[in-house]
Amino acid sequence: MAKMNLLQAINSALDLAMAKHDNVYSFGEDTGGFGGVFRATSGLTEKYGKHRNFNTPLVEQGIIGFANGLASQGSYAIAEIQFGDYIFPAFDQIVNETAKFRYRSGNEFNVGGLTIRTPYGGGIAGGHYHSQSPEAYFAHTPGIKIVTPRNPYEAKGLLLSAIFDKNPVLFMEPKRLYRASTGDVPEEEYTIPLGKAEVVKEGKDITVLGWGAQMEMIEKAVEKSEEDGVSCEVIDLRTISPWDVETVTQSVLKTGRLVITQEAPITGGFASEIAATVQDKCFLYLESPIGRVCGIDVPYPLCHEKEYMADHLKIYEAIKRSMNY
Amino acid sequence: MAKDKKHNTEIVTKPKWFDKDSVTIPMLQILKEDGSFHKDADMPEYDKELIVKIHDTMQFIRILDERMIAAQRQGRISFYLASRGEEAASVASAAALDFGDMIMGQYREQGALAYRGFTVEQFMNQLFSNEKDLGKGRQMPVHYGCADLNFMTISSPLGTQIPQATGYAFGQKMDKTGKCTICYFGEGAASEGDFHAALNMASVYKVPVIFFCRNNGYAISTPAQGEQYSGDGIAPRGIGYGMKTIRIDGNDAFAVLKATQEARRLAVEENEPVLIEAMSYRMSGHSTSDDPTGYRTREEEADWQAKDPLDRLQKWMMNEGWLDKDHVEEHHAEVKAKVLAALKESEKVPVPHVDELINDVYDKPTDMLKEQLDELKEHIRKYPDAYSKTSGRLD
Repeated sequence: MAKMNLLQAINSALDLAMAKHDNVYSFGEDTGGFGGVFRATSGLTEKYGKHRNFNTPLVEQGIIGFANGLASQGSYAIAEIQFGDYIFPAFDQIVNETAKFRYRSGNEFNVGGLTIRTPYGGGIAGGHYHSQSPEAYFAHTPGIKIVTPRNPYEAKGLLLSAIFDKNPVLFMEPKRLYRASTGDVPEEEYTIPLGKAEVVKEGKDITVLGWGAQMEMIEKAVEKSEEDGVSCEVIDLRTISPWDVETVTQSVLKTGRLVITQEAPITGGFASEIAATVQDKCFLYLESPIGRVCGIDVPYPLCHEKEYMADHLKIYEAIKRSMNY
Repeated sequence: MAKDKKHNTEIVTKPKWFDKDSVTIPMLQILKEDGSFHKDADMPEYDKELIVKIHDTMQFIRILDERMIAAQRQGRISFYLASRGEEAASVASAAALDFGDMIMGQYREQGALAYRGFTVEQFMNQLFSNEKDLGKGRQMPVHYGCADLNFMTISSPLGTQIPQATGYAFGQKMDKTGKCTICYFGEGAASEGDFHAALNMASVYKVPVIFFCRNNGYAISTPAQGEQYSGDGIAPRGIGYGMKTIRIDGNDAFAVLKATQEARRLAVEENEPVLIEAMSYRMSGHSTSDDPTGYRTREEEADWQAKDPLDRLQKWMMNEGWLDKDHVEEHHAEVKAKVLAALKESEKVPVPHVDELINDVYDKPTDMLKEQLDELKEHIRKYPDAYSKTSGRLD
């Protein structure tokens, strides 16, 4: 065990993956010798050489197109998009190529070795273009898995699973927690299965569900609710697509109440997808409407960031509303 | 010589390869590093008033940059992005334009905006995201924009403005405005697909646009030569798209002025899109979030310090008798005082009212947005301390 922050845990996962196979490559804008703008890839060039961890020219569609080709050739391609906000030039390569490679070829070809790493989320005074949470755009596309960790331990285990999963994975890293979240992490290789949510805390009155950086907000909100005597069950979805319907519905069948929180704007967000499925599977067990605590339907604002965010106070209020319904 | 009639292509019977040495593009320089003119140089149109304005704007921007980096270090603003070393490229190019020409920048063209007349107060209001900011405090510092000054609001994603410039210029041409669009970007952004789309479309449609590449050597940590591209910079790409192209010394205000004056004439009078590659150097870090000591040497920085655009222009102006040390010092003190006063003033101005949160998403807020705002205000009333920037005035 070693004390690591989330960035160090990611770096450790990349290091182990590259040590394991010679055909694991890591690349992106500024990710070479410099180690990336957040330093997630530092030390990898020194260790594995500039042909295995390298800088790309500044072209996101090129990075993912290149990564698709490299993965289709049988290598493991780990591509970093510097900010989730800058993934959109690569939207075509991800949605029309990455996600359909296997299906369209009848499994003649696949890009299962591809992992796209990208920092996402707000709360860092990043304004419109360093704060967005674009998971829902990609969740609407069958053929690519979407994973996001809540802490260093989860980050390392989930990233190692993502790299060696037989499907392409979009791995979204909560950048607000990069250095803020620390914890004990095994130094050796371990994996956390994709597609499995985790019941982080058991409770009986209400289920509170989120992923990534929102788990920290949930923790604070639940602490406050428990002081009011509400017993909360907390679930980290971990994999957004394909998501763990079983774990979530079993919890809601038990508690009868559900609050879901996401950073992204409420309309068309993944919380809505979960709410739709849960009401379908748990309709007669629900004691109150499913609550969604999300961003407002505006571009992520700089000066009103605090007001915009789905913070712990808003989650706490939603838990109260659900309990008092 | 045999020719393919349809394409007018010369036919050869032995393989004939072309490489990056097939076309070599020289660099226009008028003002030498020692502050004297090349004797046989073609000169731009200029007079004392114009050169003094270029100089004073360059000096203003350098002081503003220095002060705001310091303000960021003190925690007074969240972020800053300086243009030190590249002032001649943005200021002298803006000086070659008509006021009605549109400017589309990347994010390091504060010099062009200052030349247009953006005031120190306007700069500060944006940097402090306060309610007087034209952008209503919604974007990170240095994302300026001003319709009155024909300066399109900056967007962080790289290269997106380049095809937009082609479209804007197409409209200018169709409306017979007699105006053009200048579009600034770096050599890193020129790797984006948007750059290639933009140049090709501009060339096909013959629109009055000037693509102005500030080749400053670095995209954050990634060096231009060998890692961003392996060819001869950005200029040859313009030729590939069938466009008038020139490479200039971006630290020479006279070369920048001359090339942009000619480019504007080609754009406006002949509807010829133009590519200018201005060779320069980003003397500062990429932004206040960046520390260049991790990826380049002090020696390299010193080499470029010797080519500094402001020092070079000042040397020439002093020899010419258009500038003296007293003016430089007085102007420096005057600008510094103005910057500090504006900084202190802007810091005190509150952020926009929370109602502004839902304006401008569409032309009018939707019913759903109004409902979301009402819910938010109700929430803020319950927890005023948690939202102290806006809770003081909710009505």
